[in-house]
Amino acid sequence: MNLIQVIKLAVAGIRANKMRSILTMLGVIIGVAAVIVLVSLAQGATKSVTGSIQGLGSNLVTISMRNTPITLTYNEVMEWKNRPGIRGIAPVISGNVTVKYGNKKYDTGLEGTNSEYEQVRNTHVQEGRFIMPIDLSFRQKVVLLGTEVSRQLFAQGSPIGETIKINGINFKVVGLLVEKGAAAFGSNDDKVVIPLTTAERVMNSKGVRSVYIQAATPGDVDTVVAQLDNYLYRKTKNTDVYRVSNQVEMLSTVNQVTGMLTLMLGGIAGISLFVGGIGIMNIMLVTVTERTREIGIRKAIGAKRRDILRQFLIEAVVVSGIGGIIGILVGALVSRIIGSLMAVEISMSLKVVGMAFGFAVLVGIVFGMYPANKAAKLNPIEALRFE
Amino acid sequence: MIELVNICKYYQTGPVTIKALDGVGMNIKNGEMVAIIGPSGSGKSTLMNMLGCLDVPTDGQYFLDSKEVSKLDEDDLADIRNKKLGFVFQSFNLLARLTALENVELPLIYQGMGAVERRERAAKALELVGLSDRLEHTPTELSGGQQQRVAIARALAGDPPVILADEPTGNLDSRSGLEIMEILKGLHRDGKTVILITHDLQIAGQAGRVIRMHDGRIVHDGEVA
Repeated sequence: MNLIQVIKLAVAGIRANKMRSILTMLGVIIGVAAVIVLVSLAQGATKSVTGSIQGLGSNLVTISMRNTPITLTYNEVMEWKNRPGIRGIAPVISGNVTVKYGNKKYDTGLEGTNSEYEQVRNTHVQEGRFIMPIDLSFRQKVVLLGTEVSRQLFAQGSPIGETIKINGINFKVVGLLVEKGAAAFGSNDDKVVIPLTTAERVMNSKGVRSVYIQAATPGDVDTVVAQLDNYLYRKTKNTDVYRVSNQVEMLSTVNQVTGMLTLMLGGIAGISLFVGGIGIMNIMLVTVTERTREIGIRKAIGAKRRDILRQFLIEAVVVSGIGGIIGILVGALVSRIIGSLMAVEISMSLKVVGMAFGFAVLVGIVFGMYPANKAAKLNPIEALRFE
Repeated sequence: MIELVNICKYYQTGPVTIKALDGVGMNIKNGEMVAIIGPSGSGKSTLMNMLGCLDVPTDGQYFLDSKEVSKLDEDDLADIRNKKLGFVFQSFNLLARLTALENVELPLIYQGMGAVERRERAAKALELVGLSDRLEHTPTELSGGQQQRVAIARALAGDPPVILADEPTGNLDSRSGLEIMEILKGLHRDGKTVILITHDLQIAGQAGRVIRMHDGRIVHDGEVA
């Protein structure tokens, strides 16, 4: 008995019992849709977190010092440039300031840094220019605004060329940063950037406590971390007061967490698929009983065990397969709706869709096996006598 | 050529052993028409199941075309039912969801025959029983006599040498019954072996040979008595 014929027969059987078939499929539909929605949500979250980490700059190594009077000097930091594997260094002095334009006041974060910050932190200007080495040499009072700060002070207007007050000191706005969007850790757009030497004056502090370093290649990240770790230990003799962290490490931690999240959500959704499978088994058992006489007739005219087994197994797989396809469509639709309603990123990969469908078919095979086997083993004489 | 040697079939119900068949022996030559008669409980249905390879004997041997079938496994028996035997049942036993043509195609499907040839053979079988104009009808749209004719076409489709009919006229009015008997006699004339179970002596009389069963034994075997 060929496959197309059996499938046709199975579809005819499904149509003969529409309501029952739909209810049976519903279990699989909900299961597959749940898998797709939840996994897409989890993967979307992973993607956006990963994206915002990578947005910090590529091959980034971060140094931060805390709970210690020891600081690094600008020149000391910049000398690391001669070490192998380091492409860029951006020391940063940071703090909180009040900016003022006309009668508008706004509290924001300040970062004092150098021209390499642009490349190291992957932070560019959409208008105007970035900080230049000459700004540091002459302690120029120039400032770059984050989009949030610009919006607060200038609304929709261009801030370039205007003068604002930072903690009471006049600064000329020379650039507007590119919008980075909400990050995992606060906004990247709610800050102002000035030359490092100027920042020492404004914040009234000497010495650098955090440095962003860009390794030349991803392969260099580990050696750069090791070198700097070594340098800082020799300088401080205390591993508790400094921290050298790298993006790769951060990414892998995040990936671990989100991977677990994906697995958990997928697992929960998988349980509903399993329950759907039990529904299929239940209905298939009823079907086999109802069609005992048919099985007897088929056996009497020459159907072998495997013919009967295949017929019922394929019927179960057709039910779960059609349920799977509908589930994929429902899942895609629901993901899209959730994505647009909650403004979160949804990432529906072909792999997940394929896996959900494959799992649905597998559920059909596994839960169809017992009823199909029961049908195949029926004694033809007793089956023919069945009313 | 059918040969039964001392066939026994026992059923165990609690402590009691029921001897449905108790040492049955007989020969049926190719092309014979045989009627098996007997009161209910005489073992004629069990004998029919045995001849039809639906059941295996507790003891004894069954040779079909000199091949011992009482030793075969389930799948081989299915194969024999498919190729060498055609069944006609009292209650027709057609599949309600399939059309007449699809019902007749079923045994050919299990032979693994291709769709085109299958359709041709099934249509021809239906033509033989005079139903060429009812190919696409489902069983519920056919009268009892027509349903039984579809069943005969199904039994014939695979061109088996032996037709087994279990009370083929039992559920039919006398006119349809006559028609069915004419078809069966026609098959006999065309050289098929026809074995039928009945308790209607008049129908048994139309066969050349009558076997009477009683309590699991053959009590008469010969010309119409």
